[in-house]
Amino acid sequence: MFQILKARLHQGYRTFPFPEKQPPMAPRYAGRPKILPGSCKGDCAACVGICPTGALSRGAGNRPVIDLGRCIFCRACEEACAEKLISFTQEFSMAANSKEALVIADEKFKQAEAMGNELRRLFGRSLKLRQVSAGGCNACEADTNVLGTPNFDLARFGIQFVASPRHADGLLITGPVSQNMKLAMQKTYEALPSPSIVIAVGACAVSGGLFKGNSEVNDGAAGIVPVDLFVPGCPPHPWTILEGILRFMGRL
Amino acid sequence: MKNTLLLKNGSSAKLENVPVIEAEGFRKHLTVQIQKGGRLSALFLVPGDSQARLFAIVSHDHTSELEVFSCLCGRKFNALTPILPQAHWFEREIAEIHGIEMVGHPWMKPIRFQPKAGQNVEIIPGATSYFEVKGEEVHEVGVGPVHAGIIEPGHFRFQCHGEKVFHLEIELGYQHRGIERAIPVSQPQKVIRLMETAAGDTSIGHATAYAMNVEALAGLKLSQNAAIIRSVALELERMANHTGDLGALAGDVGFLPTAAYCGRIRGDILNTTGLICGNRFGRGLIRTGGVGYEIDAELKKAILDKLALVEADLRSAINLIWDTPSVVSRFEETGLVSREDAIAAGLVGPAARACGVSIDIRLSHAFAAYGRIKPELALGRQGDVNGRATVRWLEIQDSLCLIRAMLEELSAEKAGCSMPKAELATDSLAVSLAEGWRGEICHVAITDSKGNLKSYKIVDPSFHNWFGLALALRNQEISDFPLCNKSFNLSYCGHDL
Repeated sequence: MFQILKARLHQGYRTFPFPEKQPPMAPRYAGRPKILPGSCKGDCAACVGICPTGALSRGAGNRPVIDLGRCIFCRACEEACAEKLISFTQEFSMAANSKEALVIADEKFKQAEAMGNELRRLFGRSLKLRQVSAGGCNACEADTNVLGTPNFDLARFGIQFVASPRHADGLLITGPVSQNMKLAMQKTYEALPSPSIVIAVGACAVSGGLFKGNSEVNDGAAGIVPVDLFVPGCPPHPWTILEGILRFMGRL
Repeated sequence: MKNTLLLKNGSSAKLENVPVIEAEGFRKHLTVQIQKGGRLSALFLVPGDSQARLFAIVSHDHTSELEVFSCLCGRKFNALTPILPQAHWFEREIAEIHGIEMVGHPWMKPIRFQPKAGQNVEIIPGATSYFEVKGEEVHEVGVGPVHAGIIEPGHFRFQCHGEKVFHLEIELGYQHRGIERAIPVSQPQKVIRLMETAAGDTSIGHATAYAMNVEALAGLKLSQNAAIIRSVALELERMANHTGDLGALAGDVGFLPTAAYCGRIRGDILNTTGLICGNRFGRGLIRTGGVGYEIDAELKKAILDKLALVEADLRSAINLIWDTPSVVSRFEETGLVSREDAIAAGLVGPAARACGVSIDIRLSHAFAAYGRIKPELALGRQGDVNGRATVRWLEIQDSLCLIRAMLEELSAEKAGCSMPKAELATDSLAVSLAEGWRGEICHVAITDSKGNLKSYKIVDPSFHNWFGLALALRNQEISDFPLCNKSFNLSYCGHDL
């Protein structure tokens, strides 16, 4: 007992005061990218060619466009761009209500909006989620799980992961939705009491990510269940997931 | 032709130099090598124009050699499993993917529920025959694929008598994403990313094994600093996961102090990896021919400072486990696996070491910086939950020593960050082993006549170890399943690929 108390004193209070303070990100962290003003040199499409997930394309004025839903934040395009038009920032806030809002063509980004008033009345102060991993590689799962640790302390916001869909207000889905998990995921969704919400976390769950186009997967959750919040990243930083959920609950 | 080819870890050979033995000789040779102490690291089939070829990779830990041999395989193959239990899962995999009939295999059924090559039939995962125990008061418990926590999916079926488990059968495949199939048809810049997601908590381990194969096939030499940075990252990965596991083990017996502290400390270790490459899981850190990020003097100091805090927190949090008799008594003699069973089933990593089996690829087949800076072998006496927990704690402490020693050896040179357009040797085979935090990771690459990857085999340590979990549950209380499961903490996606 004495050792337990001693350890308690040593470990101290470690919950980060989010959202009052902005958490520090690692200097090399690749956050939400922006496309700076300027134009590409001629037919250069180096960024499009180097992108491992096909997240890059060329839009108006042949300038680069990044689909954050497919991006794995590897910075290959940033390195490849001779004109230095692509820049990954330290900004970790990047959840959105639609896949379209994740497409970035300049320095602007439309952050996620809160759920409707009726849903907010029900879930704004207490949100119980069921997590379904459907082909996730255990990175998104781990960085969702970590939200329960004292550093993030998800429970202080009234958010909790529960053991049955019957007790849940919504699903948090990770992975590209493997063919072999499609049925189980559908059944889990159908077991939710209505109304319910769905959150897709990570490039795989948003778009299929690295597995997009594989016959073994379904290119993300949105083709199978209606998704209300998309959280990009490979995996998203825990702060990105938490910030997205809080924004969606109307708490930020 | 000699019926054997011996390779060093992370080297390649022309396919024509890989011995082809006739099927009966192949079976005999493989059996003899395993009886002599070798381990079956991989057994896989490569379809050919005329006939498929079956390859075996046997690890000889005492001589640091990897033995490669093959045989031509028709539609039928006399199963090795009855005399060689290590082949059990491999033969089921080959039968499932390629439709080869494994004659005499005692328990032939799918391991992933994937359609056979070239067939497009609807498959219902989990729908197969299971062991059944019949009799009064015997009952069956099915769990999954969706579990109660934030965990990957899998199906577990228990045959019980009251609380006692006679047998646990594990059916996976829910995570199958088609990684091995996608590798030969993907661009190199995508392939290394696929490796990082083969098992996302082992990004460094799998990317390292892949990079070693590409380097062997392209004749690239790793700089000393790159080797060090890879090893540092691999040790951080080991520390983070072992710490998370120890916390989760404490949580599963209801001991919340260690559970709460370790969950946070694990994050601090992941953040240390984040200091090196910006990503908590080390994504983008390993590149073929080198590493993507440098460690300069300033970063080295930041890592060491962070690790000093982590070490103090870890000692305070984890020693509580062994200071608390009620925790230790729940760990001891729970989930026993005998040394004999561990060897026969071919277990690897901490799960094997906990049973007193001394295998550690970092020592037996040194790679990256482990040739010069050697780890201490962590062994358990009894293959129980306590053994698996003890091995993890010993390894965490050793990783701290290794990282400090390695960072000391960093020179001022650049580690090398290029990802050169590597020209791979044609018609060749490369094999690499790496000791990930779960154990031996084996990758085998085979190129075609143009130097493109024709076939790529990934063996995650979980592939060897899932059967170990089934063995650990025999004669246990079913309520001990979460504790036993966590003490192995195996990868679902690493198995399902």
